[in-house]
Amino acid sequence: MATSSVAHKLDDVPPPAPRPELVGGGPPVRPNMPLLNNARLGVIMMLGAELMFFAGLIGAFLVFRLSAQVWPPPFQPRLPLGVTGVNTVILLFSALTVHWAVGAARVGQTAVLVRQLGFTAALGALFLAIQGYEWARMIHFGLTTSSSVYGGLFYTLIGAHGVHVIGGLIWLAVVYWQARRGRFSKKDFVGVQTTRMYWTFVVALWPVLYGLVYLY
Amino acid sequence: MSESAVAHGAHGQHAKPSFISHYIFSLDHKMIGRQFLFVGLLMLMIGGILAMLVRWQLAWPESPVPGLGFISEPYIYPGPNGGGIIPPQTYNALFTMHATIMIFFVVMPIMVGTFGNFLIPLMIGAGDMAFPKLNMLSFWVGAISGVVMLSSFFVPGGPAAGGWTGYATLSAKAQYTGVEWGQHLWIIALMLNGVSSLMGAINYITTVVNMRAPGMGYFRMPLTVWSLFITAILLLLALPVLTAALAMLLFDRMAGTSFFLPEGGGEPLLWQHMFWFFGHPEVYILVLPAMGITSDLLSTFSRKPIFGYHAMAFSMIAIAGLSWIVWGHHMFISGMNPLLGTAFMMTTMVIAVPSAIKVFNWLGTLWGGSIRLTVPMLFALGFVSNFLIGGLSGIFMASTPVDIFIHDTYFIVAHFHYVVAGIIFALFAAVYYWFPKMFYRNMNQTLGKVHFVLTYIFFNGAFFPMHFLGVGGHMRRIYNPLQYEFITPMHDWNIFITWSALILGASQLFFLGNFFWSLFAGKKAEQNPWQANTLEWSAPTPAPHGNFLTTPTVYRGPYEYSSPEVTEDWLPQDKDIGASTAAKAH
Repeated sequence: MATSSVAHKLDDVPPPAPRPELVGGGPPVRPNMPLLNNARLGVIMMLGAELMFFAGLIGAFLVFRLSAQVWPPPFQPRLPLGVTGVNTVILLFSALTVHWAVGAARVGQTAVLVRQLGFTAALGALFLAIQGYEWARMIHFGLTTSSSVYGGLFYTLIGAHGVHVIGGLIWLAVVYWQARRGRFSKKDFVGVQTTRMYWTFVVALWPVLYGLVYLY
Repeated sequence: MSESAVAHGAHGQHAKPSFISHYIFSLDHKMIGRQFLFVGLLMLMIGGILAMLVRWQLAWPESPVPGLGFISEPYIYPGPNGGGIIPPQTYNALFTMHATIMIFFVVMPIMVGTFGNFLIPLMIGAGDMAFPKLNMLSFWVGAISGVVMLSSFFVPGGPAAGGWTGYATLSAKAQYTGVEWGQHLWIIALMLNGVSSLMGAINYITTVVNMRAPGMGYFRMPLTVWSLFITAILLLLALPVLTAALAMLLFDRMAGTSFFLPEGGGEPLLWQHMFWFFGHPEVYILVLPAMGITSDLLSTFSRKPIFGYHAMAFSMIAIAGLSWIVWGHHMFISGMNPLLGTAFMMTTMVIAVPSAIKVFNWLGTLWGGSIRLTVPMLFALGFVSNFLIGGLSGIFMASTPVDIFIHDTYFIVAHFHYVVAGIIFALFAAVYYWFPKMFYRNMNQTLGKVHFVLTYIFFNGAFFPMHFLGVGGHMRRIYNPLQYEFITPMHDWNIFITWSALILGASQLFFLGNFFWSLFAGKKAEQNPWQANTLEWSAPTPAPHGNFLTTPTVYRGPYEYSSPEVTEDWLPQDKDIGASTAAKAH
């Protein structure tokens, strides 16, 4: 302990001698074991940024929504509530499948993991396909980005979410491919966990947007 | 085979890396920091030249600028002897791009990019950043955004000309400024820049939270690391809002929406709210690292512990927290509800409290210290004095009754240059201070002192008289001040300011010359030339990829200067002075 050239390991910490004159009082500082590993903490940070991005868009939406006398504006098509409601259920179900994927990874059941990741991606793709079909119909009925601020907001908010779903599908595809090649084990499945974090964010965001843009 | 691949990976840091993996696509946080520094210095030169052109036009309106005649007709009009006359639309582009470049491509890459990357792992005793590849990507996305921004100078119509704040409707319709692709590229470049900063911020936060060396508690971190940590949180949460606003602006220009265009039912004020909701935290993103670095330098060169370490950390947290609820003070005369203006005035005034805590603590640190007037110390003192002036003029701006008169005058130009251009002093201080660790050589101190004296005098010569102009009613962003009769009596000040600015710009040659000369021919640096305590000076010079030979163990805070425990007047954070000494102390 007396020489400073000794390589200290995490558990080989100097004795916590209370030296308030040096540390300014308080308990001695011990090395900290991370609560979350780097990857999960990094994804939490990223999701915090995503949250602020959508908060900006939703804030802009509310500025227009709250100051409007009539909403949706006259002569603009109504949004398809029923189909999108079903679509909401589809997307919500994919949050369950990705959750089950993590459960499978935790006990090392690679086959189940691969299957559940596949289900999740398929549900996400189905969601996108239905959204795309509805978009095509709405453009046909005359709701475009330039038809009104209402249309612009619809395509910007729902489109921003759609882009995040596409990003999630790419992410899922990579993890699916890794899982098939046996990349994950009982001890190391951080990649699946971070996928769940991102996908859950994308899914959880959707009911908020559905409620604001479609129902409110 | 897989085993040998693993073994190779583990010893990869000892293998001689190729030129490309060492200098271009480096994963080493120190090299990425240097990359940010070089890009930032290049952009500093470009942004500085733009400022000189703006100043020329204000002092000698519509007279030919020497050597500018080579630019073609709609942008610059030919004058005698190869000179070129700046037309109004080019003038608008000049001040727009000057501000954009200085904020997003100089201060952010250097203060946050360079020193964040270079210092955070070294100062907390980590081998590298948490995500080295993300770090590399952050630099390269940032570099691409710089290329996109600079390429806007070469598209038809020229670069963005709607001010760096990009106020709608000016920025939302090409007809209003005559700029089509320049503004598109401006938006795209800022979005890319946001992505780059975001990746950096994720890296910084994760690194600080998870990768501190044993014993390095949060309240043993140097204030530089504290400031960069808080800055990263602000970046993380503020930039996405700008990205959202920029996306909407881009859709207004390209996809036919009318979020910010009243003729389509849009709301121009919404842009201002979204922009300044990002823009005010951005101000602290710029200034907090400067504050942290200054704190470290003042303590080191006063040979005294920092005065009020916890107060310094908490005041930065308070500034960061308050920065979210003050954005309306940029919009007092925008037509916003005056009651809101009063609320924003109150919250803004409150920021004076943590800011004053910092200034008084800096003075407390200096008080009775054995001050060493090295070049970094001089620049740190320069930052403190400029920040004091900029902070005090901020109180005038914050107060709505006063602001109604000085809004959008040269008073605000003086104010934000004292703060944001004042950051340049902390920037130079940091470059002079960490140069020995970054490039293994010392910069020339005599040239550095000349650089400081000239910079300090002509900085104040350029920016202090702007207060007088502003109170006299001189509007900002006007092409030709001589067109206004009430400004003409003050025109001598404009000429004085321009001369000061030109000499200020020329004085930077002392820095550039010193920098590049020292890079190759400076005196070889020792490991700890400033006799400082923080961990980066415990790493060998040059520090290898991985930084420390053994993971340092931290025994104390970073400011144990002139400690009675040791004979020399510094006590590094990782120096084990033995338990017996501690026992004796009781």
